[in-house]
Amino acid sequence: MWYDYGIPAADVSFITIHKMKKILFLLATLPLFCSFNTMPTAAIPSVQLKDLNGNTVDTGKLSNDGKPILICFWATWCSPCKKELNTYAELYDDWKEETGVKIVAVTIDDQRTVNSVKPYINSVSWDYEILLDVNKQFAQAMGVNNPPHTFLLDGNGNIVWQHSGYQPGDEDEVYEQLKKFK
Amino acid sequence: MRVSLFALLLLFAVRGLSQDYNGSNEKQEPKGTLTGNFMVLFQQYNEDSLIGAQVPNAKAALNSFGNFTYTYGKFSAGVRFESYQNAILGYPSRFKGSGIGHRYARYNDDFIDITVGNFYEQFGTGMAVRTYWEPNLGIDNALDGARIILRPYKGITLKGIYGLQRLDFDSRIINGSGLVRGADGEVVVNDIHEKLNEFPVKLTLGGSFVSKYQPGTTIEKDSLTLILPNNVSLVAGRVGLMYKNLQLSAEMVQKINDPNADNQYIYKKGTGIFLNATYSQKGFGTSINAKFIDNMAFRSEREALLFDVPINYIPSITRQHTYNLAATLYPYATVLNGESGISGEVFYNFKKGSPLGGKYGTYVALNVAAVNSMDTTSYTGQEALIHGYKTNSPFFGDEKYVRDINLEVRKKLTSSFSLVYAHYYFEFNTLTTPVTNDYKGMVYANIDVVDLQYKIKPKHFIRVELQSLVTEQDKGNWATGLVEYTFSPHWTVAVMDQYNYGNEDASKRIHYLYGTVGYNKGGTRVALGYGKRRAGIFCIGGVCRAVPASNGLELSITSSF
Repeated sequence: MWYDYGIPAADVSFITIHKMKKILFLLATLPLFCSFNTMPTAAIPSVQLKDLNGNTVDTGKLSNDGKPILICFWATWCSPCKKELNTYAELYDDWKEETGVKIVAVTIDDQRTVNSVKPYINSVSWDYEILLDVNKQFAQAMGVNNPPHTFLLDGNGNIVWQHSGYQPGDEDEVYEQLKKFK
Repeated sequence: MRVSLFALLLLFAVRGLSQDYNGSNEKQEPKGTLTGNFMVLFQQYNEDSLIGAQVPNAKAALNSFGNFTYTYGKFSAGVRFESYQNAILGYPSRFKGSGIGHRYARYNDDFIDITVGNFYEQFGTGMAVRTYWEPNLGIDNALDGARIILRPYKGITLKGIYGLQRLDFDSRIINGSGLVRGADGEVVVNDIHEKLNEFPVKLTLGGSFVSKYQPGTTIEKDSLTLILPNNVSLVAGRVGLMYKNLQLSAEMVQKINDPNADNQYIYKKGTGIFLNATYSQKGFGTSINAKFIDNMAFRSEREALLFDVPINYIPSITRQHTYNLAATLYPYATVLNGESGISGEVFYNFKKGSPLGGKYGTYVALNVAAVNSMDTTSYTGQEALIHGYKTNSPFFGDEKYVRDINLEVRKKLTSSFSLVYAHYYFEFNTLTTPVTNDYKGMVYANIDVVDLQYKIKPKHFIRVELQSLVTEQDKGNWATGLVEYTFSPHWTVAVMDQYNYGNEDASKRIHYLYGTVGYNKGGTRVALGYGKRRAGIFCIGGVCRAVPASNGLELSITSSF
C-alpha cells in the first residue's frame, strides 16, 4: 500500500517523533491545499443513524432544500423532551408554512427503551423525521450534555442557534429564531 | 522522506475531497466545524450524621470535562480533557488528576469509515458489544485501538474493532489488560436490489463475532486446578422484520466458557436471547419484549466487577422511570448471572372531542414487566465447582426478582392547566438487586404521582409535583413535594422536600429539603443547588449507581458550542 505511493516501507518504520510533528502540521494545514471547490454543504458531524423504517441516514447529509432544520435531541424517558416536542407538534404546520422548517427529532434512547420509540411516536402522531442515536455517537459529536437539546441549522447547514433544556414558553424563542433564518 | 510524505498527504487530500458527499460530480467545499461541550460540577459537603452524609477530607469535590470534535469534510478528530479534583461522591473515587481521557482521528466517506484511537461502538442490541460514555454515572468503557466500517454494497455494512478498554483515569487514560477483537456484519436485504425494495416485508439480518484475550494460567478450587481460557469468544445472530405497522426483532448470543468473578469462575457457556414485537398506528402503539440471560457477564478482564470494562450491555427490561420516588428507591437492573423476563406496554391517545378525550385529548400509557430467576438445577460436588448449574429452560424459575406495573395519564384540562397522574406498583427483591442495606427481602410498594402545570401568564409557568410511596418494608413511607417556577427562556427556581414519614425509626423521619436556581442561555446552563439529598440509586439506561446522602452546595455548569 505504502509502496504504491512511492514511499519505501523501511522509511515508514523509522518515522521519528520529530517527523510525526511534521505530519501533524501537514494534516492541520490540509484545508489550505484544498480550497478549490465551491458548493456549500452541511457543516455538522457525519454519523450514520437508522430511521424508524430501518433506513440509514448520514447526519452530515441532512438537508431541507435551503430551508432551516431544527435538530431536537430527546428520549422516551425524558419528560421535558416529550413536553417540548409535543408543543412543537401543535405548532409544526404553522412553522412549516411560514419558514419551511423541517424538524429532525434524534432520540438517544438506548437498547433499554429504543423499542418504545416507534409505538410512542405513532401514539402521539408526531410528524417529524425520527433518527435513532442508540449509542449517543451523534449527540456526543454535537456536544449535547443532556436532553432536551435543540440546534437550529440555517439553509446552508450551519448551526446558527441552540438551546439546552426546555421550559414551557421556549417555543416562542424558537419561532423568533426560525423567522430569522427562513 | 518529507517530500514523499507531503506528496502522499496532498494526493490523499485531493482524492478524498474532490468527491462530494452524494457521489455525484458536483463539487462541494467542506467546512471546518468545531463542536463540543463542557461540564463543570462542583460540590461542597457539610457534616450531617443524621442523614448519613459522607464528607471527603477536602470538604469539596470537582468533576469537569471538555469535549472537542473537529470535522473537516470527511476528516474528523476529537479529544476530551477530564479533571477530577477529587471526584464527586458517587463517582468512582479512583478517578483523579487532569488530562486527556479520550482522543481519536477519523476518516469517513461512503465506502469506508476508519477510526484510530478511542471509539464507542455497538453491535446489534448491545448483547455482544457496546462501548459507551455516560458522564453522569462515570462510565466510560471506550475501546482504544482501531475501528473500520466498510459499506461495500448497498445495504451491506461490515465492522471490525480491535483494542483495549478504558478502565480508569489517573491524569490519563488507564486501559484494562484484556484485548477485545470483534467483527459484525449487517445486511438490509431489501436495499440490495431495486426489485427487493418493492417487497412489502423489510428484512434485516446481522451477525457478530467477538473475542477477548487476557493471559492467565490456572485457578484453584478446593482440590481442583483449573486452566483459565486465555481467549473467550462470543457469537451473535439477529434478524429484523418490518411489515406495515408491525415490527419484529430478535437477537441471540452464545458465549463459550468464561470463568470470571461475576460467575464465581464456573466454566458454563453463556446464552442471551432478546425478542421484541411492536405494533403501532396513529394514536396507538404497543410493544412486547422477552429476554433470557444466562451467565452473560462479559468483560475484558475476568477479575473485573460492577462498572469495570464491560464489553456488552444488557439493560433491564423494566421501564425507566422519571419521577423521583419511582426512579431512585427501587430501580431494577439486570442480574447478569441470569434472569428471565417479559414486558409489555401500550400507549393510547383518546382523540380530542371523544368522551374520554374531552376538548384536548387524553393520553394513557400502561407498562407491565415481570422478571424471575432462571429455571435451573444446581449441580453437586466437583461438577458444581466446574459448571455450577444446569439450565432447564429459558422460562421463569421459582424466585421472583421484580414486578413493575405502572399507568400514566396525561391530560390538558384548560388552555393554561395540565395534569399528569401516575400510579406504580412494585414488587422488588432486594436480595437479588441490593438497592438498600436496611431490608433484605421482597418490598411491596405503591406509588402515586400528581403533576400539575399552570400557565400564570405568557412565559411564566408554575409546576407542582406531589408524590407518595407507601410500603411496609424497608424504610417505610415517603412523601415528596416539588414546586417549580419557570420564566422562559432563562430562569428556573425549584424547591423539593422529601419526607420519610413512615420510617420505623423515628429519628430517621427526616425532611430532605433541597432548592435550586437554574439559568439557561443558548447552549449553556448554570444551576446552583443547596440542601439535603437522600441516598439513592441513580440510573441511566440500564445502569445504576448508588449515590450517597449529602448536605451542601452544588454548582453545575454545562455548555455546548
